[in-house]
Amino acid sequence: MSTVTPVFPNTATEWRLPSRGKVAMAGLIIAESAIFTIFVVAYLFYLGKSVTGPTPREVLETPIFYTVCLLSSSLTIHFAAKCLERGIGFAFHGLWLLTIALGGLFLYGTAQEWHRLIYERGVTISTNLFGTTYYSLVGLHAFHVTAGLIMLSVVAIFGFIGRIGMNQAGRVGVLSMYWHFVDAVWVVVFTVVYVLGR
Amino acid sequence: MSSNVITVPVGQTEARPWVDELHQWLTTVDHKRLGILYIVSALLFLAVGGVEALIIRIQLMHSHNNFVSPQVFNQMFTMHGTTMIFFVAMPVLFGFANYLVPLMIGARDMAFPRLNAFSFWLSFLGGLLLYFSFLGGSGLYGAGSAPDVGWWSYAPLGARAFSPGHSSDYWTLALLVSGFGSIGTAINIIATILCLRCPGMKINRMPLLVWMNLVMAGMVLLAITPLSAAQIMLLIDRYLGGHFFDTQAGGSAVLWMHFFWIFGHPEVYVLIIPCFAFMSEIIPVFSRKPIFGYPVMVAATVSIGFVSMSVWAHHMFTIGMNSYANSFFTLTTMAVGVPTGIKIFNWIGTMWGGRIQFKTPMLFSIGFLFQFLIAGLTGIMMAASPFDWQLSLSYFVVAHFHYVIVGGILFALFAAFYYWYPKMTGRMLSERLGKWHFWLFLIGFHLTFDVMHVPGILGMPRRIYTYEPGRGWDTLNLIVSIGAFIQAVAILVFVANLIISYFKGARAGNDPWDAWTLEWSISSPPPAYNFATVPTVASRRPLWDQKHPEDPDSRYE
Amino acid sequence: MQIALLLFWSGKPLWAVEPGDSTAQSTSIFSSASTPAKSITDLSAFVLVITGIIFLVVFAMLLYSVVRFRGRAMDGGREPAQVYGSMQIELAWTIIPILIVVVLFLATARVIHAIEDAPEPVGALDVIAIGHQYWWEFRYPKLGIVTANELHIPVSNLSHPTPTFLQLLSADADHSFWVPQLAGKTDLIPNHPNRMWMDPQRTGVFLGQCGQYCGTQHAKMLLRVSVDGPEDFARWVRAQQIPAIEDAGAIAGRRVFERNACMNCHQMGGTPANGRFGPDLTHLMSRATIAAGAAENTRDNLRLWIQNPSAIKPGSLMPAMKLSDADLDAVVSYMETLH
Repeated sequence: MSTVTPVFPNTATEWRLPSRGKVAMAGLIIAESAIFTIFVVAYLFYLGKSVTGPTPREVLETPIFYTVCLLSSSLTIHFAAKCLERGIGFAFHGLWLLTIALGGLFLYGTAQEWHRLIYERGVTISTNLFGTTYYSLVGLHAFHVTAGLIMLSVVAIFGFIGRIGMNQAGRVGVLSMYWHFVDAVWVVVFTVVYVLGR
Repeated sequence: MSSNVITVPVGQTEARPWVDELHQWLTTVDHKRLGILYIVSALLFLAVGGVEALIIRIQLMHSHNNFVSPQVFNQMFTMHGTTMIFFVAMPVLFGFANYLVPLMIGARDMAFPRLNAFSFWLSFLGGLLLYFSFLGGSGLYGAGSAPDVGWWSYAPLGARAFSPGHSSDYWTLALLVSGFGSIGTAINIIATILCLRCPGMKINRMPLLVWMNLVMAGMVLLAITPLSAAQIMLLIDRYLGGHFFDTQAGGSAVLWMHFFWIFGHPEVYVLIIPCFAFMSEIIPVFSRKPIFGYPVMVAATVSIGFVSMSVWAHHMFTIGMNSYANSFFTLTTMAVGVPTGIKIFNWIGTMWGGRIQFKTPMLFSIGFLFQFLIAGLTGIMMAASPFDWQLSLSYFVVAHFHYVIVGGILFALFAAFYYWYPKMTGRMLSERLGKWHFWLFLIGFHLTFDVMHVPGILGMPRRIYTYEPGRGWDTLNLIVSIGAFIQAVAILVFVANLIISYFKGARAGNDPWDAWTLEWSISSPPPAYNFATVPTVASRRPLWDQKHPEDPDSRYE
Repeated sequence: MQIALLLFWSGKPLWAVEPGDSTAQSTSIFSSASTPAKSITDLSAFVLVITGIIFLVVFAMLLYSVVRFRGRAMDGGREPAQVYGSMQIELAWTIIPILIVVVLFLATARVIHAIEDAPEPVGALDVIAIGHQYWWEFRYPKLGIVTANELHIPVSNLSHPTPTFLQLLSADADHSFWVPQLAGKTDLIPNHPNRMWMDPQRTGVFLGQCGQYCGTQHAKMLLRVSVDGPEDFARWVRAQQIPAIEDAGAIAGRRVFERNACMNCHQMGGTPANGRFGPDLTHLMSRATIAAGAAENTRDNLRLWIQNPSAIKPGSLMPAMKLSDADLDAVVSYMETLH
């Protein structure tokens, strides 16, 4: 069989397709957004419908500080990724660790809040509809933060042993997409739980 | 575009020890092998689900029958539905997508081969987990252990109070696990299609099968996840004392229904759209014409994808929504029939003016067109919500959706099997056995599912292990059951064809059907690397351009 | 086409059935006896005509193309004209279906509104239906009646309507009230009250059953609606309103009933027994069947039911009472006095 005349003489330079890591992460983010949406819908639907037990207004305290921590970590990871693209290793590592620290601080804040709610106010997941929907939604988010922190830590470890260079900038960028998603979800959760829900 | 002049033997020159071969299959990340694994595992579950259906039909052959106890019957219909949707239909369609999409876009493999393997095994093991319930779960009244809450597991029936023991948990966990596998596959398909197309294959030059799998994958991301979310909520209710669906604590059974059907309706489009894809590849080849209205087919598919996400509550017309909600869902449900109808017209438009060859794939495709038309029309009937207040939850609905799933999806799948089996195995399926398969199955199908509409109209609800004599349902149910057995025989003919042809079928060569997409440019079966050199395409039918250089498609697109 | 044949078949007139008579009785959705069911039948006729026409047109196109454009040996492998599409044709077969959808939708919306938003007239009868696994509780709040499984409602006529409005509740899982000849089905969902109505225009017994899978014995949660003329209905009401008949000859059975766990589940009007878990038994003998239609109301069935419910309805929530033969006979004799 003969070869067909190529249509594009400069095929290599003219044929550009998106990076598969970014597309896959976008797909994952879409899927996860759908899951979170369902939990948010349940939370909103059940507002005011608890038959017994404390209401959000009575027990919730707005976690401003920890929210600032988490949202700042989006900034730090953004700059970390930029530094890596430009090859500024030291800044990358520093900002990356700062991101992990801020994320960890956020989780600590969540843990502290839950401890207060459970042991001081007696609100658990089985207390009433508010308890169920609150712990599920915030817990689902915290689970995603945890998973993100684990991945960030893996990158940090690889960074320590010198394996993260400019070539890994793309992959690190994909991971930072996930982290931005986690922060965006927190904006929604925060608004629904601490602003609208009270 | 060059063809594969270097032939590398697929197997070794000497017989490989079977342990090695098994190991290769269990650890493969090759999209073609994973595709075959998906398809074979789906066929195994099809056999099991089919046996469950036959048990149901034997029990319902006449009123007040005693073939199985009510507890076993309720497990049978639950397992039959769950198996067929999640462990037959979805895997077999993912299998074909896996096999064909990289080949049709000129790629080496899927975007993430290891994720591909992981997703398959999640899916398969989810199926095994579901069936382990027969051994491991403890059910209601100690009367059996498989889930018996219907494949929707409506609240509060799925709650601890009504389903003590673990049978319901097997349902939940099996679907959660395989759901994650589905999401993995969907992400893979999207990344493959968007990122790995060969040079020249712009997005509006992809084969329609590729387009439709792209839409399907996008829908999977948005449809499966609500079910996963609802199942997590159910587990929280069952194990952590949550109250999501606990009506005593103010929870809502209706909320489960909304979440389930927000999954459930797009899910059936997830199942049918790949079948539209098969039809859009097969009908043109056997009519010897390009698909009529490619851009419109793409637009119709995308709009089906969107509109189908707004129709879900037509499964809930009887739950007492107000008249505005009922009217809204009536409108959207009727509206989604428009792009679907357009596709049927376009397929007929493809056949119109062609030179139709009635090989087995085309026979099944024509069957598809006839039956999908009828299924769509009974769907429109039920879209009229007051009519649905009578027809819903009756055997009319059961007849309708089996018309879609068996008359539509399964017929399209059979067409796909006969069409692509030569590519996958290098052998042709027997035309003679194929025709026996087709006609037997057609007769059995119509005997069962045409007649099945009538008991529904006569007031027979679904999910009943027996029924009262004197309602006029006895003879009808007997005919329905006989048709089921005829279909079972036809399936046996099909399986025999698959096996016999593997050893004795005529050699297929690269391109037995004189087709036009990239998979027919390489050997059957393809080499592990697919394409020796990356192809470049200039039109939607690269092989047509190659075979007809005086009149290439690229001139007209 | 099958649907058309069946319209003829199922439109046959219904004949009234005596209570306890298990001879043939059709429950076709098209043999409507009440306004909601009739509106649905009329709408469905319209829908069937339209979908029938669509089917015939498209099927004709398919048949024609299969016959006319068959590939023949004499073609010699020539390919036919490669036609890629036609914008005009696409527009045509987009716009026409859209118009059909608009027409169908408008016709449907009228019926939805007429049935769902019908106001309750002054002469209407109110009944509360509570779904249980696997039986129906019916309460007539304004009449002070509580009964089970067999609903008695008055016949209505279009000039002086006396429809029945049901409020639908559930004590456990989801159920659905479906008596095809009287109305479309509406679900009974816990924590989600629903409302439906029917105005049967002829007397007789109308059969139905639970439509929503509710557990093991969903299949045997049957419905029996007796539409009575005004005098019959009044007589039934009076008989239901009095407390349980105290027959001196059934004292032994009454003692068995009171001393065993029966009172925990079953209400007996005018006695201390006020359990709500099982059906009210005050006027058990006014019913044609027991166990929500699973068996005819005879002495032998009653006896079997009390002794071993699984023999009649395995999975029912009635426990086997494990009474001695003497106690069993006594309590059944007592049941037989409860008219």
